[in-house]
Amino acid sequence: MDFINTLLLTLRLAAITTIILLVLGIPIAYRLAYSRSAWKPILEALVSLPLVLPPTVIGFYLLLAFSPNSGLGQWLQETFDLRLVFTFGGLVLGSVIYSFPFMVQPLQSGFEHLPAHLAEASYTLGKSSWTTLWRVLLPNIRLALLSGLVLSFAHTVGEFGVVLMIGGNIPGVTRVASIAIYDEVEALNFGEANRYALTLVLLTFVFLALFFRYNRRSQPWISW
Amino acid sequence: MDKLVSSLNCTLHLRDGQRSFELDVDFHLAAGELLALSGPSGSGKTSVLRILAGLESRAKGRLVFQGQVWQDHAQQIFLPPQQRSIGVVFQDYALFPNMNVRQNLHFALLKHESTALIDELLDVMDLKDLARAFPRELSGGQQQRVALARALVRRPKLLLLDEPLSALDTQMREHLQQYIQELHERYALTTLLISHHPEEIQRLAQRVLVMEKGKIIGEVIPAEERKKGFLLRAIWMGTVDGMAQVQLGDNILRTVNHTFVNHTGVAHILSAYFFTIAKIVCVFVAVSVAVLMF
Repeated sequence: MDFINTLLLTLRLAAITTIILLVLGIPIAYRLAYSRSAWKPILEALVSLPLVLPPTVIGFYLLLAFSPNSGLGQWLQETFDLRLVFTFGGLVLGSVIYSFPFMVQPLQSGFEHLPAHLAEASYTLGKSSWTTLWRVLLPNIRLALLSGLVLSFAHTVGEFGVVLMIGGNIPGVTRVASIAIYDEVEALNFGEANRYALTLVLLTFVFLALFFRYNRRSQPWISW
Repeated sequence: MDKLVSSLNCTLHLRDGQRSFELDVDFHLAAGELLALSGPSGSGKTSVLRILAGLESRAKGRLVFQGQVWQDHAQQIFLPPQQRSIGVVFQDYALFPNMNVRQNLHFALLKHESTALIDELLDVMDLKDLARAFPRELSGGQQQRVALARALVRRPKLLLLDEPLSALDTQMREHLQQYIQELHERYALTTLLISHHPEEIQRLAQRVLVMEKGKIIGEVIPAEERKKGFLLRAIWMGTVDGMAQVQLGDNILRTVNHTFVNHTGVAHILSAYFFTIAKIVCVFVAVSVAVLMF
């Protein structure tokens, strides 16, 4: 039962993280792609930071920021009754930050590679920026969208450092598959560790195979 | 101001690669007129079109279209493209790749608006058989016709064409010139056409404004030249004494603001070359003599 629970928790974390990233990533990638601001390189660096930082660094600072002893942690606890350390909510927040570039970068690149005048043509046809985004831009970057979704999901399933730092290892609450493997190996339960590991390998493989199958079948409207 | 006349008077700081310059234009556009803008690339023609379309909000000045203020920097008025009665054909056509021909046109309709105009436009532009085709399946000329048809779905008063035929071969260009002419008359449009091609301008435009480095430096009325027996051969051939030159007929060059006329143009250029060569020869002889003497 613990095995199933841990896997379900992992998939739930990955799914929620991916949905949140999709909602946040689209407007941010859109802004970054079309921005001419002097701040753009700084924003891009911030977005990409989780790519190069060791996950434990991110986890460490999140732990410091949200611990009940810190000002922010205390304020969240008192005002919203929200505790982010060693809870599922904290895991989601850490995963969103950690997988951020994996959603934003493909989307930004997708927007940047669209023909220059598509959005402007839509405006001159009387359409709002919202309609333009929904009906013109997003449908034409659907491969980039799919890449963002797959990468964010897979990356969240595979994360370890951030999750361990901010979530710990509470079965049924914050214990995800990657931590369970580590835990079982440490306890010399190689059989159980193998069960987790093999399931992750199979899941990820099926997931990626489906992605590539779709990728090959769908004719890209705009090639890049 | 007269409701039938539109005017644009504005400045805008432009950057073209390394150099930057000031766009500074002031011109009128009569209702129903087909006005061409010509000049070397980087002279600011497309920026003028973008200002008219509402795609360039940084411009300082005033734009009034047939009695309606579209842009007034001093009064902080700026109508976005959605609120201007315009149709734009971009140089790269900008058709939506995820929609077929009919869907591209349909996109421009308002909710619950009748599709009768779409059927009519598909018919006029000979696109009926291609209605279900996607842009990637169309030739350049076909894409161009779709872009033209799509630009007219909103029933605009002002049609803006940014070098619409430059990517097409000669035969296709002539064919599409007919379509442009027909649409301009049929839908009583006021049209601004950016073009480099003298024969295109000769055929379509009632008036040509020649631009260079952000300024309008001259005006040609093709019909008047035709009456005199001249045909436009080239619109912009460089500047002499700060004035742009137009080639009319075979050898007749003329500066477009009519300050000095006809055949002297060729002689002027030749004499300028001759004078420069003579100067170089003189300097060379003088230096050689000096070297030999010492």
